[in-house]
Amino acid sequence: MLEIKNLHVQLEEEDKQILKGVNLTVEAGKVHAIMGPNGSGKSTLSYVLSGKDGYEVTEGSATLDGADILEMEPEERAAAGVFLAFQYPVEIPGVGNMTFLRTAVNSQRKARGEEEMSATEFLKVIRAKAKDLKIDADMLKRPVNVGFSGGEKKRNEILQMAMLEPKMCILDETDSGLDVDAMKLVADGVNALRDEGRGFLVITHYQRLLDHIKPDVVHIMADGRIIKTGGPELALEVENNGYADLLAEAV
Amino acid sequence: MALPQIKQDATDARLAALDMPKGGWAQAAREDALARVQAMGLPNARDEYWKYTRPDTLVQPDAPKAALLESDEALIFGAVDRLKIVFVDGVFSADESDDLAMAHVSIDRLADAPDIHWAKDVYGVLETRGQTPVHRPLATLNTAFASDGLLIHVTGKAPKPISLIYRHESEVSDAILHHVVKIDSGAELTLLENGPAAARFNKCMEVEIAGGGTFHHVRAQGRDHERRAATAIFTRLGEESVFKSFTLTANGVLTRNECVIELTGDNAVAHIAGACVGDGDFHHDDTVFITHDALNCESRQVFKKVLRNGATGVFQGKILVKEGAQKTDGYQISQSLLLDEDSQFLAKPELEIYADDVACSHGSTSGAIDEEGLFYLRSRGIDEGPATDLLTIAFLAEAVMEIENEALQDEINSRVEAWLSRRRG
Repeated sequence: MLEIKNLHVQLEEEDKQILKGVNLTVEAGKVHAIMGPNGSGKSTLSYVLSGKDGYEVTEGSATLDGADILEMEPEERAAAGVFLAFQYPVEIPGVGNMTFLRTAVNSQRKARGEEEMSATEFLKVIRAKAKDLKIDADMLKRPVNVGFSGGEKKRNEILQMAMLEPKMCILDETDSGLDVDAMKLVADGVNALRDEGRGFLVITHYQRLLDHIKPDVVHIMADGRIIKTGGPELALEVENNGYADLLAEAV
Repeated sequence: MALPQIKQDATDARLAALDMPKGGWAQAAREDALARVQAMGLPNARDEYWKYTRPDTLVQPDAPKAALLESDEALIFGAVDRLKIVFVDGVFSADESDDLAMAHVSIDRLADAPDIHWAKDVYGVLETRGQTPVHRPLATLNTAFASDGLLIHVTGKAPKPISLIYRHESEVSDAILHHVVKIDSGAELTLLENGPAAARFNKCMEVEIAGGGTFHHVRAQGRDHERRAATAIFTRLGEESVFKSFTLTANGVLTRNECVIELTGDNAVAHIAGACVGDGDFHHDDTVFITHDALNCESRQVFKKVLRNGATGVFQGKILVKEGAQKTDGYQISQSLLLDEDSQFLAKPELEIYADDVACSHGSTSGAIDEEGLFYLRSRGIDEGPATDLLTIAFLAEAVMEIENEALQDEINSRVEAWLSRRRG
């Protein structure tokens, strides 16, 4: 589904290479985790895939079901099925959460040439999905992420993911700032979306999120490259021994 | 002291073009105002208080021509249950207005009020108080020459808002309106205003709020692109009274909204907010002067301006905390969202504090659309245009949310949305 080949990326404003040849394939129905030390390029990878400004791809490619996503605007990637759950969701005062989500859902549908969702249908769907994530009516009405706690913001990201039903979900340190209960709730939300047609790329520092979202494949990223790929046991190895051994091995 | 010749000539020319309505209880106040405006002279570009806004087209004898807007967009506040009062080019239109009658409220026309009238104690009185320390000659001119307006006395909680609708039918109309509002102790009124009024509009409103009284004001100055307006609100607040005023301005080649607030009773609250959206030949000036002269009063100024295609926004806001006005809580923010590099925002925030136990904060910023927010919205599938609009609404939110009534907030937001989406084509 998602195929990243030899991806080289540098910051636009300074001549600094961040990704130095990433190769990664996420198959439909699979959960891939990326772990790695700070500054290894994990978040950059998520931003480059979702189309944030400020990065320049100097070499390589990224395709979703064969379509070159690097050529697309962020909203086109979203309509094609890419979703990024942000590490730091942005607050948007004055814009109700529901209004925002309905605009997003219908923009994507319109872009794909599908019929827009009516207000009634939307309300029905969102209420059911919000309930599963313990998001109350008040949170749906409030301005996007304004005054939300860390946990509420992350749950709101998962709610957006559930409503938009993307093909390829990228979760950027979704566990950061969450207590154990909140992490469980978020993980349950993600697990509920696991599906044969959907791929996941879960970026995290810690093994603990992967206790709840069981990955099929674990990658270790360091200095802009994937240095090791393995099964879930690789995450446990990191948890027990840290990154030092793996990094030494890679050199 | 004699006026500079150029100012004297401009003032004489303007006054010569006007006729003072004669007779009635307001005569003395009008003559006093005429003497005052002759002494101070009308503003010109050399006046410090008009440094950022050229007053010449507001002062010249005839109103510059302003084309009428052709639009099929319905007028704002249409869904609100209200008492409608219509002015066409600055003249009251009985045919289009509801009966001037409502429980707990008396409404008279300035033009035909009886000779003994409560408004005598307010008309020109608050305006005169507002001339110190800075002269506001256009308001004084208004007191002298206002040809129409309303005298609204509120004695209890008004059952619904009074809605003033200004229509503009003549391309050269030059309207001078003066309203007086008196809110008795414990009484409450919401006043709505909308419409372009005239090619050139000089409006003055004096609002006297007695102890425990509440006055809400929501105004939408919109539509016509070439209209000009100089408006002034003068208000005096008694103990535990509340004044909340919000203005949306869209379009208009020149608008100057002045607001002079005196907090004279303890524990009074005054909020003044404004949101404007300007495109191209648009100059919008908010000038505010708040005097804290009592204990434990709160004032808030929240002004947000969205500017594009060379539009100009101005903010001059001052908080004066007098000696003895302890426990004052003053807040002032003025911000602009510049949608391109041709637009400009000029801000002059001022604080002058003579009491030692007060909290006053002020801030002023200019910025572009938040890139993080834009990426967030686009990453959810929202196109760049609508995403920018949503962030623009978000930018204005702090000002719009100063309106307490949520339905009125929605009315304002939907106008801004329509204005923005028209510009996306």
